[in-house]
Amino acid sequence: MSEEKHHIVPYRLYVIILLALLALTFSSIAITEIELGVYTVAGALLFAIIKSYLVLTYFMHLKYDKPYIKIMVLFVFAIFVVVLVITMLDYLYRV
Amino acid sequence: MPTTNAVNGSNYLTYQGKYKGLLGWILSTDHKRIGLLYLYSICVMFCVGVLLGLAMKFELLAPGKTIMDAQTYNATFTVHGVIMIFMVVIPGLPAVFGNLMMPIMIGAEDVAFPKLNLLSWWLYVLGVILVLCALIFGEGTPDTGWTFYAPYSFKTGTNLLPAIFGAFVLGFSSILTGLNFLVTIHRERCPGMKWTKLPLFVWTLYGTAWIQLLATPVVGITLVLVALERLFNIGVFDPALGGDPILYQHLFWIYSHPAVYIMILPAMGAISEIIPTFSQKHIFGYKAIIASTLSIAFVGYLVWGHHMFTAGMSGTAQYYFSLLTFIVSIPSAIKVFNWISTMYKGSINIQTPFYWAVSFIFVFMVGGLSGLVLGALAADIYVHDTAFVVAHFHYIVFGGTGFAFFAAIHYWFPKIFGRMYDTAWANIGWLVFTIGFLALYSPMFYLGMMGMPRRYYDYLPEFHGGNILSTFGSWIMVTGFIIILVNLIRSAKKGEPAEVNPWKSKTLEWTVPSPPPVLNFETEPFLTEEDGPYNYE
Repeated sequence: MSEEKHHIVPYRLYVIILLALLALTFSSIAITEIELGVYTVAGALLFAIIKSYLVLTYFMHLKYDKPYIKIMVLFVFAIFVVVLVITMLDYLYRV
Repeated sequence: MPTTNAVNGSNYLTYQGKYKGLLGWILSTDHKRIGLLYLYSICVMFCVGVLLGLAMKFELLAPGKTIMDAQTYNATFTVHGVIMIFMVVIPGLPAVFGNLMMPIMIGAEDVAFPKLNLLSWWLYVLGVILVLCALIFGEGTPDTGWTFYAPYSFKTGTNLLPAIFGAFVLGFSSILTGLNFLVTIHRERCPGMKWTKLPLFVWTLYGTAWIQLLATPVVGITLVLVALERLFNIGVFDPALGGDPILYQHLFWIYSHPAVYIMILPAMGAISEIIPTFSQKHIFGYKAIIASTLSIAFVGYLVWGHHMFTAGMSGTAQYYFSLLTFIVSIPSAIKVFNWISTMYKGSINIQTPFYWAVSFIFVFMVGGLSGLVLGALAADIYVHDTAFVVAHFHYIVFGGTGFAFFAAIHYWFPKIFGRMYDTAWANIGWLVFTIGFLALYSPMFYLGMMGMPRRYYDYLPEFHGGNILSTFGSWIMVTGFIIILVNLIRSAKKGEPAEVNPWKSKTLEWTVPSPPPVLNFETEPFLTEEDGPYNYE
């Protein structure tokens, strides 16, 4: 319904984010050399979360979007968490 | 407002664009042409699904082998399910009538991403071809049921991989359509079209689009995991390799239960357009219907476990899923009360779409109430995996979505084709179809309660009477379907030219010529404070 101004992001920022993503990817591979036991998956997920945050924030322009777009994204993550919790109602309480 | 039809003028049916003939259709980015492409594709697949269903009912006409053996029967119900679910009812109303009508209803020229819209249809066609490859080539037709349950889905020797990949591609088509509709509804509304002035069909498409976007990727990844399990034995679902087959059921139903709402929400939206139009009365509880639509979309996302009560899930999860199942029935009931209250003291004009809409409410109520039987933990153990489930499912999915689809095609037909259908034959078609539907599925409630299991090609002699009635019902229903189909095809070519607004409706699609021009509106529409989709005097 309305025309919105588009935020112009300098290429320099995109390159920095790209390098950060590459560094995080190599780090997530490198960390598998360390024996973390049950925390191995948690470590991999931590890197994935940081990378997702960077992609959403900068590449997908969430940082520059209106609040309702951010609320929508948060809503999606909230549903994801709720679905995980509900699934765990099965796995944690099985006899 | 135009007062004459545009059958012979320039409209989206006759428009000559960059390409001619068939190419002008299959490469068109016009939302209405894409809607018609979906309509024709889905009708073809529906006919295939109906023929398979007829064959199954013929097999069940008598105990023992009638026309096919057990393996063929297993393959037949699998393919019937895959076609009807993934190729007919999931894309059904959103892809056909969402594409044909939604942009006009919000005063837009087209959807937000027309090329993506065309890609969605092409992906749909690709998915269909892949599934058909599973039937034609390889070691045999898939026999797992449409749910592809583990561990059988990676142990069966049949040609399952193309079917799984086909369902995956069909999912992509659905996601892209959902994304397109979400952006269109947010960004392309005409001036004055506030959220509180959106037609309810558009609201239900909005709720549906969210489900398509959020739930479909889950089943996509799940099917990929099944394929990897078959190819590389990775051990996610196979208990022999430390996997959990119930995890498959969780992942599958996290999508496939919300998919039921992908099917039914737009159906409810179409009914919410038809009832006020033929009652010539403002819809009762407009905001309550919106709230119930969004509630169904949200709560419907969290009830998937009621498909798994007997699968070995924890008692805690069973209590939770049963409770939420009862809760999700409330917003559906709110809609029914709203529709009936809309009719109350209205100036009811009984036409074919209204017959379909009212019979929709009846069969949907029966389907919904029988769903509560299945949602109760103790009762579900008794009727689980019996013909009762088949009856409930078809009352909801076929009775709900199917009846609403027929209601919608009879409602919007004059706008889509610019011609009227033969009302007498349309009414006869509805009557025969409805009688056939009731005769086909009602006996299954009884048979299920008496203990007849589903998915068997044979049954005990005491179930014979109910099955005879059910099979006869299938013949009657198909007779009704043929009447409807012939009447509509004939009328699309030779029917009387339709008026711009034959039903005296208030939504925007009835302000443009029939059929609409390519970009829908000559000038961008504008809604004033007094305008609204249901502002009848």
